[in-house]
Amino acid sequence: MSQKHLDTVAHAAETPDAEQPWAELGLKQDEYERIRAILGRRPTGAELAMYSVMWSEHCSYKSSKVHLKQFGEKAPASDAMLVGIGENAGVVDVGQGYAVTFKVESHNHPSYIEPYQGAATGIGGIVRDILAMGARPVAVMDPLRFGAADHPDTRRVLPGVVAGIGGYGNCLGLPNIGGEVVFDPCYQGNPLVNALCVGVMKHEDIHLAKASGPGNKVVLYGARTGGDGIGGVSVLASETFTDQGPTKRPAVQVGDPFQEKLLIECTLEVFAEKLVVGIQDLGGAGLSCATSELASAGSGGMRVDLDRVPLRDATLSPEEILMSESQERMCAVVEPDKVDRFLEICEKWDVIATVIGEVTDGDRLEIFWHGEQVVDVPPRTVAHEGPTYQRPYARPEWQDELQADAPTADRLKRPASGDELKATLLALAAHPNQADKSWITSQYDRYVLGNTVLAQPEDSGMIRIDEETNLGVAVATDGNGRYAKLDPYTGAQLALVEAYRNVAATGARPLAVTDCLNFGSPEDPAVMWQFAEACRGLADACQVLGTPVTGGNVSLYNQTGETAIHPTPVVGVLGVIDDVERRTPMAFAEEGQLVYLLGDTGDEFGGSAWAQVAHDHLGGLPPKVDLERERLLAEILIAASRDGMVDAAHDLSDGGLAQALVESCLKGGRGARIVVPQGTDPFVLLFSESAGRAIVAVPRSEELRFTDMCGARGLPATRIGVVDGDTIEVQGQFSVSLDELRTAHEATFPALLG
Amino acid sequence: MARVVVDVMLKPEILDPQGQAVQRALPRLGFDGISDVRQGKRFELELDGPADEATLARIREAAETFLANTVIEDFTVRVEEEAK
Repeated sequence: MSQKHLDTVAHAAETPDAEQPWAELGLKQDEYERIRAILGRRPTGAELAMYSVMWSEHCSYKSSKVHLKQFGEKAPASDAMLVGIGENAGVVDVGQGYAVTFKVESHNHPSYIEPYQGAATGIGGIVRDILAMGARPVAVMDPLRFGAADHPDTRRVLPGVVAGIGGYGNCLGLPNIGGEVVFDPCYQGNPLVNALCVGVMKHEDIHLAKASGPGNKVVLYGARTGGDGIGGVSVLASETFTDQGPTKRPAVQVGDPFQEKLLIECTLEVFAEKLVVGIQDLGGAGLSCATSELASAGSGGMRVDLDRVPLRDATLSPEEILMSESQERMCAVVEPDKVDRFLEICEKWDVIATVIGEVTDGDRLEIFWHGEQVVDVPPRTVAHEGPTYQRPYARPEWQDELQADAPTADRLKRPASGDELKATLLALAAHPNQADKSWITSQYDRYVLGNTVLAQPEDSGMIRIDEETNLGVAVATDGNGRYAKLDPYTGAQLALVEAYRNVAATGARPLAVTDCLNFGSPEDPAVMWQFAEACRGLADACQVLGTPVTGGNVSLYNQTGETAIHPTPVVGVLGVIDDVERRTPMAFAEEGQLVYLLGDTGDEFGGSAWAQVAHDHLGGLPPKVDLERERLLAEILIAASRDGMVDAAHDLSDGGLAQALVESCLKGGRGARIVVPQGTDPFVLLFSESAGRAIVAVPRSEELRFTDMCGARGLPATRIGVVDGDTIEVQGQFSVSLDELRTAHEATFPALLG
Repeated sequence: MARVVVDVMLKPEILDPQGQAVQRALPRLGFDGISDVRQGKRFELELDGPADEATLARIREAAETFLANTVIEDFTVRVEEEAK
């Protein structure tokens, strides 16, 4: 590119009235005015580019921040928290000197445009977040949501997303231990592709992203920088500079998992040799984000020579280099006498590393291009002091009508006979939302690294982290957009308690929470209300359950035209288990064991799988949440696991008891004989989705000890049957063979996707 | 009878990990002086009939919707040989 067009700081000061494409870059008039006020002049093209991406919703959380604050304010006191919200990822103490970091993020929009690469780079991004904390990534999970299962576009998006997750994760050698797959027409033009990563480290290895110590060097390492993911900035490039050649379109980011693997090993080695002061991964907003965040969190200023950045495309302008979202890059701050060793390790791993600048004792972020200054800004104003909006929010007027449309017996026909109950059970088990997901999960490597203790379809994924002591962690993710649509406050809590219950069902003690809040446009007051309610619900529930939110991600503008997706808070819960050999699986594997239903069952069908499958109905109120009950249930499940009182446990959620029985029986290859307790409506017993419930299989020798414990603690435990034979028999109602069930449950995905 | 060739290449701004791997291997094997490698795909389509405009239009459509992923790839269609 030609030097004479360079928009330097001096040039910007001399030409205050030059037209700038701030609107095309997504900035509002008042935001542009504010940038001018901060700088005391018009921004240069490069500065405008930096502010525009860093003040975008994605990077600045400008609409969500006021609500997210509650996660800090209401955070329960927890000894386990080592690093909280605000860093790349939260860190939790799991004992024995180990710390675990985990986080879930969204990659929704890229995955719709280019499913394979969008989903693949979603894995790459979250893995680098975990790596930047100093942890070795050990597992990933993917909560996914697509449009209707039989819609032609789902056939384009789903296989691409699944192949992308498998392709990237398998090449990295990370087991994919769980997640979710949900179909609903509301996600048709806007699938949700969330990715979670778990990393493990020793306490002393925690690293934070900051640039301190004047004279320290800023090192960019990893892949070369290309035109990937440059969105609005190409507008700027073509508007500001006239003779740039062909118009550049925003380029899809393409990931290279083998480069990422090198980056992981290289980064862990420089950590181990204590060569870094601060470190930051390059994700959204690329170098703009990394340099401004490192400088902002550190003590002083930073000077960067942008022309030193290794490029894949020599024609990139400084603006484009600052905005590029090329994958597999990291930025480190290194003391001068350690730079040589740092570069040596990078060379050993075949990773390109370049000193691009240094920490200064000033308080400005200064960026130069061939010796001329193109950026001179206070870094905090870019990274941490962006605009904050108190967006108007209002309960939508349709909410009352929706909640009044309850699926009561007089309004929605319920199955009455044994045959109808059986047909309902089979229809639910075969519906894509409840059907066997092996078609998807078998494309992921679930057991690489040799430490996977539990993986899909178990209640939570479980990883052993110490091979001597058998210390392990369990993670589950859950979310239910249908519940949240009916009542976002309760819906968010239901997502949390389900994940919490799933972790406890495997015998692990829930410690901490991460969340990915997927919503529509914040400019719609109805959506903003859903968001505010969901945040409030989640923060309130975390406080009662004693599990702080350690971090996560907000994804807004998930909508097609004017229609927003269901509000979909996805919640991940992490728990610890002292000895993974004590875990509780979900399979009914032993004949003669007693099946107990824990918790209370009410007539709760609002947002249920039954209402969806049988009547395509969404209305009423979601199941009630009783947080104290959830906590008690979790304590019982954990104690029962630790003391060997139960051999199987499975949480009750979508599809209720019926679906849980189907899954536990099929997994163990054993049937069950179920007796409907006197005075209980069999339909309600089988299909209600009341929260705070689980089924367990109790060996006869442990029955007394188990029921005594439940009785003493005040948890309702109802003996509903016995593990037996090769059919699920609901006495007096119907009987269905495991073969028939298996066919219904397992044929769905192959039939849909081939 | 004709053969039509469809060449599919990643767009220039898209990262090409395979091409980069080849490029890194070349100097190790003693092939110096090559500054960049981009790897693509070549489809050879043997036609039953002549490569007239209508047929080529159909092939372009096939390339756009099936042979190439136009979100990240460009393609060219050309007639390689006409039967004498």
